[in-house]
Amino acid sequence: MSLLIKNGFVYDPLNGVKGEKMDIAIEKGKVTDEASKKKAKIIDASGMVVMPGGVDIHTHIAGAEVNAGRLLRPEDHIGDVEPKTTVTRSGVGHSIPSTFTTGYRYARMGYTMICNPSMPPLEARHTHEELEDTPIVDKATFPLLGDWWFALEYLRDGMVKECAAHVAWMILATKGYAIKIVNPGGVEAWGFGRNVRDLDDPVPNFGITPREIVRGLCKVNQILKMPHTIHVHTNRLGQPGNYLTAIETMRSVKDLARGDEPVVHITHCQFSAFKGDDWRTMRSGAEEIAKYVNHHSHVTLDMGQVVFADTTTMTADGPWQYTLYELSGNKWINHDVETETGAGIVPFRYRRKSYVHATMWSIGLELALLVKDPWKIYLTTDHPNGGPFTTYPKIISWLVSRKAREKMLKRINRKARKRSLLPSIDREYSLEEIATVTRAGQAKALGLRNKGHLGVGSDGDVAVYDIDPRKTDLSKDYRIVRRAFEKTAYTIKGGQIVTRGDAVVKPVAGRTFWTDLAVSSCLGTDPCPEVMQDLRKRFREYWTVEFENYFIPERFLKASAPIAVKPEM
Amino acid sequence: MVILSPRRPFGVPVYADCVSPDIFAEKSVKEISALKLWEGNKQRLLSDLFDIRDEDVNKPEEVTIQLQGDLRKVRMIGAKMSMGKITVEGDVGMHLGAMMKGGEILVKGNVDSWLGCMMEGGRIEVTGSAADYVGAPHRGSTDGMKNGTIAIHGNAGNEVGCYMRGGLIRVDENVGEFAGIHMRDGTILVQGDCEARAGAGMTDGKVIICGYVPSVLPTFTIDDIRPSVKIDGEKVPGPFYRFTGDIAENGKGKLFVSKNKNSQLGFYERYL
Repeated sequence: MSLLIKNGFVYDPLNGVKGEKMDIAIEKGKVTDEASKKKAKIIDASGMVVMPGGVDIHTHIAGAEVNAGRLLRPEDHIGDVEPKTTVTRSGVGHSIPSTFTTGYRYARMGYTMICNPSMPPLEARHTHEELEDTPIVDKATFPLLGDWWFALEYLRDGMVKECAAHVAWMILATKGYAIKIVNPGGVEAWGFGRNVRDLDDPVPNFGITPREIVRGLCKVNQILKMPHTIHVHTNRLGQPGNYLTAIETMRSVKDLARGDEPVVHITHCQFSAFKGDDWRTMRSGAEEIAKYVNHHSHVTLDMGQVVFADTTTMTADGPWQYTLYELSGNKWINHDVETETGAGIVPFRYRRKSYVHATMWSIGLELALLVKDPWKIYLTTDHPNGGPFTTYPKIISWLVSRKAREKMLKRINRKARKRSLLPSIDREYSLEEIATVTRAGQAKALGLRNKGHLGVGSDGDVAVYDIDPRKTDLSKDYRIVRRAFEKTAYTIKGGQIVTRGDAVVKPVAGRTFWTDLAVSSCLGTDPCPEVMQDLRKRFREYWTVEFENYFIPERFLKASAPIAVKPEM
Repeated sequence: MVILSPRRPFGVPVYADCVSPDIFAEKSVKEISALKLWEGNKQRLLSDLFDIRDEDVNKPEEVTIQLQGDLRKVRMIGAKMSMGKITVEGDVGMHLGAMMKGGEILVKGNVDSWLGCMMEGGRIEVTGSAADYVGAPHRGSTDGMKNGTIAIHGNAGNEVGCYMRGGLIRVDENVGEFAGIHMRDGTILVQGDCEARAGAGMTDGKVIICGYVPSVLPTFTIDDIRPSVKIDGEKVPGPFYRFTGDIAENGKGKLFVSKNKNSQLGFYERYL
């Protein structure tokens, strides 16, 4: 079936299209020059905005952790119910919706590609099963490798190539997409009730520092030529004074950068941008981080914006989750995943009147507004840690409108308001910049060639928003902006109309992207004898799962979309 | 007054959250008949399941709904009501008066679990007994009963006043285990006996037990002996041992236990 989206105002930053009136033709699921005119179904998008399908670089939507969160929070389900229709399934959940509901809600907002950023390798099978049950959107998932014992050991001994061979096997075994590093060394230290203090504090029992882990895995990432950079959740996340650690982490891999290509993605940066010595003196470090990012091209960030709401925090960063538990006194889950990583879950409510929460809200927006280049920072809430992904439209309205920010500023904690940098920032995002931070930039950072733009040959994923850029003053009519981004007029996925307004009309299945490392005889499906032997031995000694059962074959994925990569070994 | 009686016995749960004076107000019998509700996984009209009679024209402030018959499978009656009156003649199912904000519910019979679940105001009176989780929040939530009064003339089950934050629960006879668990504020008065672990995890509020208690949790310390306790200006005669707890939660809740009925707690007097 071919589609012709007519007369929309197209925003396609990757191809330099800035709100020009254009027709977009889609045939056989791909954007083409011209659809076969007679048969094409025509969508009239006059007076509407047409953007590529949204891409979310960091959202916890599947896996053991998310599922444990669902089990922990029946009260999150009772108030937010999605009834079944003739084509969709029922579901529940507000901050941690069930898989089907997640897919429908993302599609309604015009998102067509989402990345699940933390998957304990041991739970990969479960994660992929849940991803498969998340309809419409395409998915990718990043295995957690920053606290994996064997990566730590190889990097300690300076064996980067061997580490790369193991990481390659792990990426293939778990059908992962990129290397995720969470609190490097700290999660392992948490297994012994400790944390690491900064980048140069050695990990107990391993004698390696977080700096060496980040640098080592960054080199591994380059050797393997992974499409995405390393995806780093910094040390000391959520502790006052951690902005220095975040900047130091960026600085630590600066010399590895080649040209202008980014080598590190600092995720949910808001949580890593606290100044001060304790919670009372906590301030925003957004200015310093933005300054560093503005002057360097080897870093990309995502916001990790906080929204005032009841949500569920979940990360592999065990010590941070323990701190949250101590702060909130809520029920919590703490989990250690054998030799690989850990996890924690705590329900949390961000309150406007809390100084710390209000400051966090301000930091996220300050980062997004002070980093000058929208290609370097992306819109996320670290769903569900800062707030559910359904609050993205609200954040968009804060980004495009100073008035909207000021309205919220009036309602937050007085001390936080006084110290916030927001009143001094006049910048307001344009629709083109919104398209960059919600799709184009993220697709570029992820190395997805066919996503995030509408050039010929790209995937036929399109979001049509019912907002007229000629008639709407984004800054004044921020409510209209919010409403428009809450639900698209049409979401098109792979050339098919999947949602129309509130209604999901065709819940197609999404694909799962993974990095298919074309490995030489020394790697992967037929790795060199030493690596293989070593792995088998370690499995027997340390894992509860047999080596033979660990590897996920491609046939396990119902809609596999491998991205072929040839590492330089 | 609107009178509802089931047309047939129900085999599966019926979610009758539309049976509330707020919704019935200013509606004709015809409109009331057309209200929708779920019976298991089937959506039905109120008139499919209930025989509806209107005996007198309702004024908004004094809407009265009378329910008769076997309502053990009917849940959520009076949910979120803020005014008017519901009287039930017979046994009634779970979540009666859930999240109610005002008005009155009178039951001449027994009620199932989660009576007055997350209640915020109003009054519920039960002549029979209530099952577990009186005034408790939904599973997982910590927002228990905030205000209002629940009076039960018979027994109540386990976890009466779980996560309670205010209001009053009176039970004229006995209660099960964990009365006042996780209680933050409010008052629970039990005229009869209580099974073990009263006040577990409570941080504030009052639990008064006038009957026999097998034991008091070790995380409670004795303060003194009081001749009586005052609730709502009413004096409950004692004497009572007064305990503070739950210390495991840094709590300062007060647990009053009758001295005369509990000679086995006499050893606490050594610590006074």
